[in-house]
Amino acid sequence: MTDVAITAHEVSKRFASHTERATSIKERLVRRKAASVDFYALRDVSLEIAHGQSVGLIGANGSGKSTLLKVLAGILRPTEGTVEARGRIASLLELGAGFNGELSGRENIYLNASLLGLTRRETDKLYDSIVEFAELAEFIDNPVKHYSSGMYVRLGFSVAVHVDPDILLVDEVLAVGDEHFQRKCLNKIAEFQQAGKTILFVSHSPDLIEKVCTRAILLDHGQVRFDGDPYFAVAELQKLLGTDRPDSIPDEGPEGEITFGPVVFSDRPGGPGMSVFPAGSAFSAKVEMTLGANSVKALHTVRTVVLGVGDIPIWVMTATDDDLPDGPGTWELDFFVPQSPPVKGRFVLIIQLFTEDEELITYHRTQHAFGVESEHKLGIIGVDYKVGSTQVATG
Amino acid sequence: MSATSIDQRARAQRQVRRELLVGLIRKDLKVKYQGSVLGFLWSLANPLLLLVVYSFVFGVVLKNGIPQFGFYLLSGLLVWNMFSGSVSTATESVVGNSGLVKKVRFPLGILPMTAVGFNLVHFVLQLFVLLVVMLATGFTSVLGPGLLLLIPALAVAMLFTVGLAYLVAGLNVRYRDTKHIVEVVLMAGFWVNPIVYSIAQVTKELNRHGLANAYYLNPMAGVTTAMQRALYAKDVVLANGDHVLADPGYLFYFERLGVGAVISLLLLWLGTSTYRRLSADFAEEL
Repeated sequence: MTDVAITAHEVSKRFASHTERATSIKERLVRRKAASVDFYALRDVSLEIAHGQSVGLIGANGSGKSTLLKVLAGILRPTEGTVEARGRIASLLELGAGFNGELSGRENIYLNASLLGLTRRETDKLYDSIVEFAELAEFIDNPVKHYSSGMYVRLGFSVAVHVDPDILLVDEVLAVGDEHFQRKCLNKIAEFQQAGKTILFVSHSPDLIEKVCTRAILLDHGQVRFDGDPYFAVAELQKLLGTDRPDSIPDEGPEGEITFGPVVFSDRPGGPGMSVFPAGSAFSAKVEMTLGANSVKALHTVRTVVLGVGDIPIWVMTATDDDLPDGPGTWELDFFVPQSPPVKGRFVLIIQLFTEDEELITYHRTQHAFGVESEHKLGIIGVDYKVGSTQVATG
Repeated sequence: MSATSIDQRARAQRQVRRELLVGLIRKDLKVKYQGSVLGFLWSLANPLLLLVVYSFVFGVVLKNGIPQFGFYLLSGLLVWNMFSGSVSTATESVVGNSGLVKKVRFPLGILPMTAVGFNLVHFVLQLFVLLVVMLATGFTSVLGPGLLLLIPALAVAMLFTVGLAYLVAGLNVRYRDTKHIVEVVLMAGFWVNPIVYSIAQVTKELNRHGLANAYYLNPMAGVTTAMQRALYAKDVVLANGDHVLADPGYLFYFERLGVGAVISLLLLWLGTSTYRRLSADFAEEL
């Protein structure tokens, strides 16, 4: 038995645009060959998900997240490529999919469990636990059409997790429950993780992804844009969505005439924006600021501090009067590091402006971080070391 | 993995499938009668009301001369209703469950079977009611060895129904015209089969063109005539010299049912293979 729970190999999913598709025999006869406008929901997606991994799936609306989940669940057939899954899959793609409003909660539990592959006897054993987890004991004999959407999702989630799948696929459904239930779900997910189960879930909540997942996959227009540390995946997504822009909101300095523009991280001066860098690579931070005549006169030093987690300064880059333009207007300062220190982590910048007397004029802190990835799983740097061992007593 | 555990798993899967089928049929029955006071009694009352109406129309108004026409009619009609109800329900069985098909992975082959099962439950109960009413009104000709013809007749009916159910259920996802075609064909089928008239009226015409055997290429023709032999059982000779039953013996029916079985098996193969091929894309087409 290998360690891989799910393998997707060059999976593409093409949808023929609906207007172009013959949905009746007449259409089929009339236009023999429609000029079909194809739409690729997924394009050459290759993934390997190991047993026990918790993977978040993120992306903008329409990026192919749900399609990928459905392809992995075996609901949609990939147009090209192959998907292989080892173990029992339970998918929760919609709250209460397969529930019938006319039936009671109890009947729906049995029907849903049956759909997910449980025998009646197995369901009998789990029944009390399902009801208890969903906290629906007093409503269990009411038709579910009278349930609130929160109750619906509780029941659906409860059945799905009790099926005890090896692989759990969850679309954005947890957002519906209240905080109490969400916490419960997270606990259940943590339980799953401890039991070594594989979880793949779609979420729009960066917090949730970062808290729960050990890995995140960012989809963009049906392609894998990023696959790795959840934090960086979220940062990359925010860049895609343009929500990393708060940086460009003018930061009023005390002088009232200094404003900061966006800070762009790249691997070369003037290069395209990036948010993740391999350890030890070239790194550039471009800072944009607009200064009036008075502040230009007062300004002597621009100090850029790279802060790690807990606001620990990692390194400092300083530009003094000689490095700076001398006219008022908008400046771009580019700090270039040919080889950044091999330190893994997430970093933010703080840009401080000083007078000649080292008096702080103003400062600006970037809202968004950049990340450095390295091969070291633990610790933030790699160090060469030797291990010596001697047995000093017999046990 | 050892052979026994694979075997066990296959058995467990079959059990899950069976339970799922039963669960879905029960759900459909329950949903259908939800909120109605008489509930299930309606589906039993239905054939009894038909019995009264048709006995009146064909016994009093149109006078076709078949004695106890209601019993004759129901002998063929119940099985026809099972067939046509199954096929028309099956046509919508995938489209109507799109929420399920698109969101849950489960054995899709269950859906047309659910439609058939739902109608089969009604049929069995209605048949039971018919037998009770027959005996209660002293219609004892039903009690004879001919009743055993029910078994092969229903077997052929089921093969044909299931085969067609799979075919139309699958096609309707791709071509929504299927539903309308099925409606028209089922309506025509009701009149093509000897249900409200006696078979003799058809065979007289067909014999003139040498097509009497071709008529039985329609498996339901064999089934309805066999059902009439089994349930109505009285070979009454009408005023114009026609026999009500197709044949007073048994061999005749076995031959016709045999032809029907072969055709039904071909259809079953066509239906299930078409359904299987199309089902891979159901979630996308819906």
